[in-house]
Parts: sequence; C-alpha cells; structure tokens
Amino acid sequence: MRIPAQQLAEWVDLPADVDAHHLHEALVSVGFEEEDVHPAEITGPVVVGQVLEFTPEEQSNGKTIRWCQIRVAESGDDAVRGIVCGASNFFVGDKVVVSLPGAVLPGPFPIAARKTYGHVSDGMIASARELGLGDEHDGILRLETLGLDPEVGTDAIALLGLDDFAVEINVTPDRGYAMSIRGVAREYAHATGRAFRDPAAAVTVTPGTGFSVTLADDAPIRGVQGCSGFVTRVVRGINPAATTPAWMIKRLALMGVRSISLPVDISNYVMMELGQPTHCYDLDALSGGITVRRARAGETLVTLDEQTRTLSPEDLLITDESGPIGLAGVMGGASTEVSETTTNILVEAATFDPVTIARSARRHKLPSEASKRFARGVDPLVSQAAAQRVVNLLVELAGGVADSLGSTHIGYAAPAPLDLPAGFIRNLIGVDYTPAEIESVLTDIGAAVTTTSSGYAVVPPSWRPDIVDAPSLAEEVARIHGYDRIPSALPVAPPGRGISASQAARRRVAQVLAASGLTETLAYPFTNSATNALFGSIEGEPVPEMTLANALDPDNAQLRVSVLPGLLDNAKRNVARGLTNLAIFELGAVFTPQAPTGSASIPSGTTAPSAQDLAELYASTPAQPWHVAAAFVGSVVAKQPGQSAVAASIADALDAVRAISVATGVELEIRQGRHAAFHPGRCAEVFAAGQSVGFAGEILPAVATARDLPRVVAALELDVSAIIAAIPDHVEATPVRVYPAATQDLSLVVNCEVAAADIRDAVVAGAGDLLESAVLVDDYRGTGLDDTEKSLTFALRFRAADRTLTQAEATEAKLAGVAAAAAQFDCRIRE
Amino acid sequence: MSTVISPEAVAAAVDNALVAIAAATTVDELKQARTAHVGEASPLGQLNAGMRHVAPEMKAETGKLMGQARASVNQAYAQREGELAQAEETARLMAEAVDVTAVAQRRTVGARHPLNLLMEEMSNIFVGMGWEVAEGPELENEWFNFDALNFDEDHPARAMQDTFFVEPVDRHLLMRTHTSPVQVRSLLSRELPVYVVAPGRVYRTDELDATHTPVFHQMEGIAIDKGLTMAHLKGTLEHLARAMFGDDAKIRLRPNYFPFTEPSAELDIWHPTFRGGARWIEWGGCGMVNPNVLRAAGIDPDEYQGFAFGMGIERTLMFRNDVADMHDMVEGDIRFSQQFGMVV
Repeated sequence: MRIPAQQLAEWVDLPADVDAHHLHEALVSVGFEEEDVHPAEITGPVVVGQVLEFTPEEQSNGKTIRWCQIRVAESGDDAVRGIVCGASNFFVGDKVVVSLPGAVLPGPFPIAARKTYGHVSDGMIASARELGLGDEHDGILRLETLGLDPEVGTDAIALLGLDDFAVEINVTPDRGYAMSIRGVAREYAHATGRAFRDPAAAVTVTPGTGFSVTLADDAPIRGVQGCSGFVTRVVRGINPAATTPAWMIKRLALMGVRSISLPVDISNYVMMELGQPTHCYDLDALSGGITVRRARAGETLVTLDEQTRTLSPEDLLITDESGPIGLAGVMGGASTEVSETTTNILVEAATFDPVTIARSARRHKLPSEASKRFARGVDPLVSQAAAQRVVNLLVELAGGVADSLGSTHIGYAAPAPLDLPAGFIRNLIGVDYTPAEIESVLTDIGAAVTTTSSGYAVVPPSWRPDIVDAPSLAEEVARIHGYDRIPSALPVAPPGRGISASQAARRRVAQVLAASGLTETLAYPFTNSATNALFGSIEGEPVPEMTLANALDPDNAQLRVSVLPGLLDNAKRNVARGLTNLAIFELGAVFTPQAPTGSASIPSGTTAPSAQDLAELYASTPAQPWHVAAAFVGSVVAKQPGQSAVAASIADALDAVRAISVATGVELEIRQGRHAAFHPGRCAEVFAAGQSVGFAGEILPAVATARDLPRVVAALELDVSAIIAAIPDHVEATPVRVYPAATQDLSLVVNCEVAAADIRDAVVAGAGDLLESAVLVDDYRGTGLDDTEKSLTFALRFRAADRTLTQAEATEAKLAGVAAAAAQFDCRIRE
Repeated sequence: MSTVISPEAVAAAVDNALVAIAAATTVDELKQARTAHVGEASPLGQLNAGMRHVAPEMKAETGKLMGQARASVNQAYAQREGELAQAEETARLMAEAVDVTAVAQRRTVGARHPLNLLMEEMSNIFVGMGWEVAEGPELENEWFNFDALNFDEDHPARAMQDTFFVEPVDRHLLMRTHTSPVQVRSLLSRELPVYVVAPGRVYRTDELDATHTPVFHQMEGIAIDKGLTMAHLKGTLEHLARAMFGDDAKIRLRPNYFPFTEPSAELDIWHPTFRGGARWIEWGGCGMVNPNVLRAAGIDPDEYQGFAFGMGIERTLMFRNDVADMHDMVEGDIRFSQQFGMVV
C-alpha cells in the first residue's frame, strides 16, 4: 500500500516538516512494514508558460519541429524564452508546463539550455508522461485540458501536486482496513496521537431507491453468504469527454495506479481513500435489475480484459437479465463497461465474503486491487459512503447529476461483545496498563467499550474482523502503547533432557566424519525416479517414492530416498570448479514411504483431535530416516615432499564406516555386498546387529563418469537412524589385562573365495578367551600356492587375566583356533 | 724377587691414559685408548701384572695405589664415554632435522556446514536454559503445518504458490513451510510445561537467488507454562541475542501478524559491529501463542499460556558471518564449509 503524504494530510494532522522517514517510523511502530519511498521526482524551476507564437520548421530528417516563443514570467529579461518543441497539438495562447534549465524531471532527466535543430532551446515544454502524470505522450500537456488557467509563471510543481511523495508499507493480511488512506490515517493517529478525521464520516449520504437488487446465493461457501451488502447509486448526464484532473492522476500515480478514464479513476481513487472497491456500470447497457448469485456449471463471462472466463459454481456473479455482467469483487464484465460514450452510470459498492473472492481471484489468477481488499475484508459499513463519494466526484468532475435511483442493502450485524477480564492484558503482556490507558486505546481503534463487574465488554468496530478475542484486544493495547514498554524477564524452565540421545548421536557422526577429513555439504532433497531407483534399491528397480505436485524443476519432482546422489552432484560441481581432491559428506533426511501415506481427510484445527484422529495423523507421514552419505574423489593424501599421493579407494569408505561405528558405539559389520550403483567387486554391505544398514565401496565407474567424475569414486550411504536404534544402553567394560602377552603369527592357506573376516572370526571363536587380538597382516598369493589359494597371515596376541602365559599355552590356543577354522573351511597352516 | 711399583710410574701411566681418553673423539677411539692404556699390554696393565711380585709388606700400599689408578682411569673413561655418546646422539638428531614448514600432511581435518553448526550452537544456548531440542518430519501432514496453527483453510499461505504439496494432493501431505508444526507435535506429546526449540529444514516454492532458496532452515521455539507473559518472550530473545552476538546486542519487537500468535511481533536485532555499521536487522517473528493453537493441542488456554518465536538460520548466518550470497550455502562448494571448520 502506497500512501501519498498530501492525501494523508487531509485526514490526519501531519507535522509541517513531514518526511518519509517520519511516516515510516510512525507506521512501523504500530505494525506495518516499511517497504519503499516514492519520492517527489521533480525538482527545480517548472512553471506555467503561455505560447506567444511558434514557427513550424521542417527538418532534414523529415520531422517538423516548432520553434516557440513562450512567456514564462510576467516581466524580466528572461520572461520570454525560445524553446524547440517536437509536438504539434498546441495553439498560440495555450498555457503549458515549461521545465526551465536546472529542472530535473522523472528519469532522472535534467533540463539544460541546449542547442538543437539550429536553435538554443531554453527549456522544455512537458508532456503529461514527462511530468509523471500518466501515460499521455502524444503531445504536450495543455493545462486547459485539466480545466486549469493559471497565471503565467505559476509554480507548476505546486499547481499539479508534483511535490508530493508516497511511503509504501506492507499491510499484514489481518488488517484489510489499512489498505486505504482511511485506515492508515487512523493508524498514524494511533502512532502519534495526532487528530484523525474519518473520510467516511465526511461524506453525507443521500438515499437511493427503486433499483432492483436481489441477493440470491444458493451455495454459500463455508456457510457464509457470498454477498452481504450491495449499494447502488445512479449519476446521469456525465460528460463523456471529461478528463481526470491532474491532482487525481498524480495521486493515483503515486499509489501505483494508472489513469484510465475519469469514471474508472474516480472508482480507484475512492477505493484507495476508503478501502471500498466500487464498480461503475454503463446504466444504459444494463438489462433490468441486478441479481447476485453463484455461477452455474458451464457459464462463461467476458471480463473487462476481453478474456472469456469459464466459471466455477463457486464463483460469485453479478448478473442482470442478460446473464453474468461481472465476477463479483474480482473483475467487471465487458458488456456493461463504461465507455467513451457513456453518460449514465450505475455505481456499485458491495460487501463480499472474503473467502469467496479470494478463491475466485486465485482460480482465475486475477489478483486485482479490488480482490485483494475483499479477500482481507472490507468495512461492511463504508459501502454507502463510498458509493456516495463516487457519485459526488462524478458530479463534481464529470458534470453529472445525482439521481434518486439506487438501492441499499447492508447486512452487517455487530458481533457480540468480547469479554476482556480485568488483569487479562497485564497477565498476557506483562505490563500493568492503567484502566485509562486500556480504555483510550480501545476507544481510539473504534471499539465500543463498557465496564462490567469483571472487566470490560468490548464491541470491535465493523472494520476490524480480526479482533475476535481477548488476546487480540491485548495486542491492540500493547502495540499502540508500544512494545518498547514491555519489560524483559527470563523464564525458568524445569530441568530438561537437553538434546535427545538420537540428536547427540547424529552430532557425533557429523563431528567424527569432519574430524576424519570430510567436509560437510548440503543438497536439496529433490531428485527423479531414475536416480531413486539406481541408488535406492539393490537391483536398481523402481522404489516407492513421494512426488511433489508443484516442483520448481519438473525433472526433479521426486523426494530423495538416498543422500548419495545429491552428494555426487556436489562432488561434480566441486570438480568442475577445479577442486579435484574431495572428501565430502551429508547427513540428512530421506523420504521412504512404505505404505499409502497421507490422510483422506483431516480434523478441524479448532479443537484437539480425538485419539484416533491423532494416531492417524501421526501415521500419515512416511518414514523419514536420517541417512549419511560420504564420497571420496581424487587423492585422500596429496603428493608432497617425501610423500606420494594416496588415491581415494574403498579403504576410505570403510574407514569412514569404522569412524561412524566408534561415534555411535554400534559395531558395524562389513561383508561382501552387491548394489546397482556400486562397483560389483568393490562393494561392502554394512550390518548393525545383523540388520543391513547400507553400503560402502566404490561407485560403479559408469555412474561416476556419467556425473563427470573420475572412474574411481569411493562412497558410502548408511541409515543412521537404523544404526542409532542399535546403540546399546551403555558400554559393558571388561578389565584390562596387565600380565605379559605372548605373540604368535598364524598363516592359513584357504581358497581365494573365502572372506578373510570369516577365517578370522572362526579363529577368534576357536582360540577362546586367551586371544586378545587377531590382526590380518598379509594376504599372499603366488609361488608355493595353488592358483585358487591364498595365504592369510594373522598377528595374534594372547594374554591371560591372572598369569604370564607360556608359549606352549599360546600355541595350544592358536591351534584350537585353527581347528575351529578348519571345521568350517578347507584350510591348512602354511609352514 | 720382588718388584717395586713406583708411584711415579703409576702416575705417568695414569696421566698417559687420561690424556688418551680425553683425546678420543669417537666411541671407537675411546675403546682403542682403553685397550692401549688399560689393556693387559698397556703400561698400566703391566704394572698391574707386576702386583704378583710385590713384596708382601708393600702389597697393601701398592694395591691401594693401583686401585686408585684404575678407578681414576675408569671414571675418566665412563665420563668420556657418556660425553661422546651424547655428542653422537646430538649429531644424529641434528642430521634428522626437517623443515617443519614442509613436512607432509598425512591426515586432514574436514569441516562442518556452518548452517548445522549454527543450529547446534543456538540449540546449546537453549539447552543451557533447561530447554529441550525437539524435531519433526519435513514431509508433514497439512494439519500440523496449518490447521493446528490457526491457519484458516483459506489462508493465502496455504495456496499452491508458497507451499510444496505432495501427490496425491488430496492426501494432505506437504513439505513443511516452517518448523512450527514441531510446536504442535511437542505440545501434543510432551508433559506441560513445555520449553522446546526445534531447528530444522523447511521448504517454500521460491526460486534460488542471492537471498532466497526453496530449501532453508529455521529455528523455532515455544514455551508453554503457567504465567508466561510477553516480558518472558522478550527476556528469552534478549538472552539468545546476547549469547550469540555479545553483551552489546539489543533486540526490539515491532507489531506484526502471524496466525499462530496473538499478539505477534517482528524481532529486530541491533549490534554495533554489524557490517554496514550499527543498525537494526530484521531477525525473526514471535508472539504469544494463540489460544486456538493451544486448543488444537488439547491445552486449556485459561490455565496455560506462553510464547513462540522463530528465525531463519540462513538469514542469521548472512548477517552474523557476512555471507553475501545464498548460493554459497546451497551449492556444496567445499571452500565455503572449510572457512568455518568446526566453528561458526
């Protein structure tokens, strides 16, 4: 909403030195947001001049200019100036607007005496558009067309109101009344204590009768009649050639409204002033009376913009005997539009249901100034004043005559008084306002306040449908007295649990990965079905997924089921930027629907849902576990003096798995695995407590190169939520053994297909309690072994809890381990 | 025949030995000196061998003389041996010196994303006040995101242009547009009083530009107890501001509108060190929880009341850490996170 300062000043006292900063500060203090300033854009000498004579001169470019002598002052050396003008719509004797050297027009466009077409042009004769007075640029502005005949030399800036400025504020959706000068003036008065004059009260309403209006809403939305009030008035005999005065054009321009025609400009001006949208019909184009009703299925309407609109049964229509003539509150129809031949006008000022209008405006994508106001709620008691104001302006500016024909429907009933208990505001706001302070605010906002035995009974004004309960009254008192008055106090929360075990575990996972050399990045969780299939399933088949109904990018309309693809996209971007050695990770939610999700219907938000409704609400959202993904590209150790580069490999992915294992306290078992997105021979499946929780290894080279990454990309993706679910309550400590250890190596020859971990597990199980550590130190293949065999060497460390072990005891335990391995696998000790 | 071992001869042999020991510059030379001056063929060794022939009455005296001689040579030897060992160790260490500015780096430490660090830091401030950290799903039921928060079904925010809806749209699922649904979930699932903050990721259908992103983060807080007033809201936000920005930070509340609070306020923060000078910056929204929200959570608004607040994490990072462009936060460039390491 833009508010021209001079217009505001008509309805509330402004300080003499008012500026945009002051207005913004005052309006922000009562709850508007500062948006912008639309300043006076014209400065310097801009005066009324009179054309004394001109000479048409044809130019070599085929254009004819006029060399004019313009009187710009009654007397003096420079009273008559020679000015070159390209326009030809004026006559000798015309009063025009002359920008003299030194003036600056909107643009900014500075004016100087300059040589052009063989003359020194000592200024410029301005068009309406050059002065910011609308779009007219076919010729210069002749003041006669504005009904003006000022003295030569008169300051045109003041004459035309060109020195006004507008402040722009953002009006919150609860305050429809403030989408008007009337509402903003009232709020400015609240902010400053200055006197407010209600522009609606300044209009003397005369009744209109005899015009037939029927309100016939047979399908109210949410039980609310689409139209609760409808006022019509008639003006006859307007001059179709009458034009909009400069002051109105200027104010409309400051408010961001383009001048169209006098009746339309008047309608817009009144809407801006009073907040009530009005509509002017060509009375002679109407057939019979008006009926307001819902549209029938299949009905159409050609709106003012010449578009044929197919109507919905939820649309509210203005109709006459010919059918639909307007989409209520949104846009008028073409058939009854005021044209350049219209002389008799029917003015409509109606009160429409906000929901009906908002839905129609959305449905037809017509967010007009009118529909915006109706959607936020228009004062139901201002319609008569608004219709009258339009009538008065048509009479005053277009030479019309007010007619007694008209109608008045006002369906407003004041709401029941709100109970505001004594002490309520103090208990909510924390400020002990005096009764006088409370009563003055409530009275100032237009409420009717009566004292009751328990506090106050308050009837909010008709323009404040947002005031519905005691807290909304408390807000009025608090905001108008200023939030600065609220003291500061720190509440004491009861002892809490801080962050949850799961949150703490996720933080540890992120910290340990960062400490292990990985950098955390974030990605949008939007992807597509092909990517979800490749990364979200072992075989690469389609997976259950959720799809956005209104994705910004139609190629990425699905929600991710895995984190890794987004991470690889980040890797790609880094590599493209020359950052070719990468270790990155992301920890984030994925969306893995298992069963049909959502709710067929949802309960009302006005009361607590039943236990069953609540259970259904909880169950309606699909599983959203936290996953962690990591990716390694290029070198994990760079080439340096005395250090060769270490290329990223599956080893890095598995190290990260082990780091996560330590961070969560959950043993993560690594087994040979297979996954569509991973290298078939370099893929580990990771298990927690026997349950698969993800994969680690190297990405399938084709998948990596398709993302412009090198062939080798090590990666992992683990279901952190599943790992966290396996976190033990606490760690069971075993005593540290302090007697000397006995160490022995063990080399076992096994088939190449046997996993080292399986051999190790068997040896560990067989060797029993004395075996403290078994580390694989060599995997030998070649001379001395069959092609199908490998020799695995383990460094074993034995230790007893209560004595120094002999080598014989250690050997006995080792051989027990070998025996256990041999029982499961074809294996022998390599001598 | 008896031999007389003269003190002069012993002294001469000892002196020669000491000179040779002192002259040794390596352990090898020292060992050679010992062989030459203390060995059996050495003067001192031969003198020692002569002890057998010393007259019995002289044995005690000569034995003492020889003992002293051996001791003084051994002591000198041990001392010199220590000195040489130390010198050789020192020389070896000097030879092992490296340019510490050129030592290969074998382990690197990565970095956290500053948005997550900031959410953790802000959460910690509230944990320090006894609050708990709550969370909820990002893909949310419309009821928690709107209905329960006093958003009328025709509220403009529920229109398609702001909210990502999920198919099929008649199943009422959407990407949460704020972390406020966690408020409702917390009120429904926790014992009163409730003091929780909910950091997390939220979604709006804004195209990515320098100051907008369709996926961003918020931190929401709600406190519901007996007797909480707007003064407690102000005190809590003041504490947060000072904990995050220092004791010079100030906050200011301006009237505003949100469906789920009444009264509602916009939160501004002021600090002398903000880029562009000391000034007020819009930080978030807040207010006293609307009684309708409490009713939707089954709480009697006549008994309990409280406040709620929320702020954007991206926005906070922008003005707290001078991040000028949203692209840096969302593009995953490692250089952005690595500026922060583990500290935001």
